Amino acid sequence: MTGPTFPAVDYGALAPVLIVLGAACLSVLLEALMPLRGRGRAQLGLTLVTLAAALVAVVARASSDAPAVSTLAGALAVDGPALFLWGTLLALAVPSVLLLADRSIEPGGPFVADPVALAEAEPAGQAGQAGRAGRAGTATARRTGGGSGGRSPRDRVEGHTEVFPLVLFALGGMLVLGAADDLLTMFVALEVLSLPLYLLCGLARRRRLASQESAVKYFLLGAFSSAFFLYGVALLYGYADSVNLTDISQAAAGSLRPDSLLFGGLALLVVGLMFKASVGPFHTWTPDVYQGAPTSVTAFMAACTKVAAFGAILRVFSVGFGSTVWEWRGVLWVVAVVSMVVGAVLGLTQTDVKRMIAYSSVAHAGFLLLGAMAITPQGLSATLFYLLAYGFTTVALFGLVTLVRGPDGEATHLSAWAGLAKRSPVVAGSVTFLMLALAGIPLTSGFTGKFAVFSAALADGMTPLVIVALVVSAVAAFFYLRVIVLMYFSEPAADGPTVSVPGPFTTVAITLGVVVTLLLGVVPTVVLGWADGLSFLG
Amino acid sequence: MSPTIYLLLSALLLAIGAVGVLVRRNAIVVFMCIELMLNAVNLTLVTFSRINGSLSGQIMAFFVMVVAAAEVVVGLSIIMAIFRTRRTTSVDDANLLKY
Repeated sequence: MTGPTFPAVDYGALAPVLIVLGAACLSVLLEALMPLRGRGRAQLGLTLVTLAAALVAVVARASSDAPAVSTLAGALAVDGPALFLWGTLLALAVPSVLLLADRSIEPGGPFVADPVALAEAEPAGQAGQAGRAGRAGTATARRTGGGSGGRSPRDRVEGHTEVFPLVLFALGGMLVLGAADDLLTMFVALEVLSLPLYLLCGLARRRRLASQESAVKYFLLGAFSSAFFLYGVALLYGYADSVNLTDISQAAAGSLRPDSLLFGGLALLVVGLMFKASVGPFHTWTPDVYQGAPTSVTAFMAACTKVAAFGAILRVFSVGFGSTVWEWRGVLWVVAVVSMVVGAVLGLTQTDVKRMIAYSSVAHAGFLLLGAMAITPQGLSATLFYLLAYGFTTVALFGLVTLVRGPDGEATHLSAWAGLAKRSPVVAGSVTFLMLALAGIPLTSGFTGKFAVFSAALADGMTPLVIVALVVSAVAAFFYLRVIVLMYFSEPAADGPTVSVPGPFTTVAITLGVVVTLLLGVVPTVVLGWADGLSFLG
Repeated sequence: MSPTIYLLLSALLLAIGAVGVLVRRNAIVVFMCIELMLNAVNLTLVTFSRINGSLSGQIMAFFVMVVAAAEVVVGLSIIMAIFRTRRTTSVDDANLLKY
């Protein structure tokens, strides 16, 4: 009798995932064992070194001629698109982490875990800077002997650091989701990325009620959608006797089981994934959560979750259901149209900047779906490029939203942005540039991305959808331009918000986003060239 | 007895759970309905495992259980946090963010 045989593990191919998840565990240990003083810097240093190391591993793998491998008994496929998605996610995580780490705009940082700590840190009547900034939780306060008078100014700016392990775990889940080649791995990755995000949403220091409400809504709806995803997995397992995408594709070619299992399973699976990507009729959580969550968390969530979820959608469509595309694509036409129209029309009626960007992201998800439905190499490379471009634009835009502040935190109401150009021409100029990128004006990455996606969709015979998409783009451009007009041609209100001078972290994050948006618009061929030759394994 | 009956039962449980999520107001009850849906999935997986004659469906049920347990930890802590500030777990009262 022989012992069990273990599947081979290709550690070289898995290095980026292992680095990020290993660092996440290390980060939890740091959180538990390090004293508060200096913990913030240690956590930030660890996170940035991790991201850099993982990024180097991805680039090394992509530039060597290592073949695409399927490892861990077919659970993960490290192929060209997976490496591109990993690179995109890690590159987007850098500015997001810098935004999360910023302590200069809000002393003590925008996060607090425990409402008791908040109440103590802001004693009624004397909620001065010193009191507001200092405490990191009752336990710590008790350990260090209480009163903020006894603490040095350096202590006060440390603030909370549990965001770093949470972000690393979420990122680890996103990396796995981008490469998951079977549906069970996909489900586990989806949960590993979602659970930390639910918690991150509820950690805001300001407007705690709205923040916690967004966490509850995101959690309940997210768990609801993952139950649907899972039932889809179960139906597909019943159909194909396997949850591996390649096996499902083969079973679809000649199985005696009823097709209702296959297409019912696909529909439920896609509902779960589209919820995460905030597509179309499954977007209802998006505006509430984007508005309620701390803005730096929203930036991370908006950029990275979309990349990971669309990575999974692309793989499911291309590898698992490429052979049956003609039977399910009609339904997705409807979904794409609903997503684009709902995003653009409801975006018009918004009066809050964060909600407006949320509806714009719903419209963009519809555009991305056009590229994902075209199961051609051209559609794949266009969607991957669009994800990268959209991610950087969004992170930088949310970074700018954190700078416009009123007496009680960020001023996100549109009326507060009136005449912003007179207060701060640089911020208004950057917002204008990024809004133009979202609208898809030439010389920005938004134009190149839209052009690539629409031409891929045209080439695959989706002309009516492309016409709808063009009309919707024009409608959406109206609400971006409305913000620009408001900033430049309105008189600022007398008691309007101030524009904070960003610290080095936020400055770097915003600059990075703006520069990438410009570069991808002017010289897109570098990235498009990389995205072009990619194909899924299997 | 034909295993198809178990598939029908699990589909019924899933539907009861989904309706419960949509009509109930208490966040904890909503959450319990979601757990019911996850267990309906487990029943489906195990039944298909029996029909297909392969073990992987049963292994998957374990994965689902572990993930559901992790979800309970996170979910209850979020519901606790909102209960402490609002003194209610009704999802209808959480109405700051709309339109």
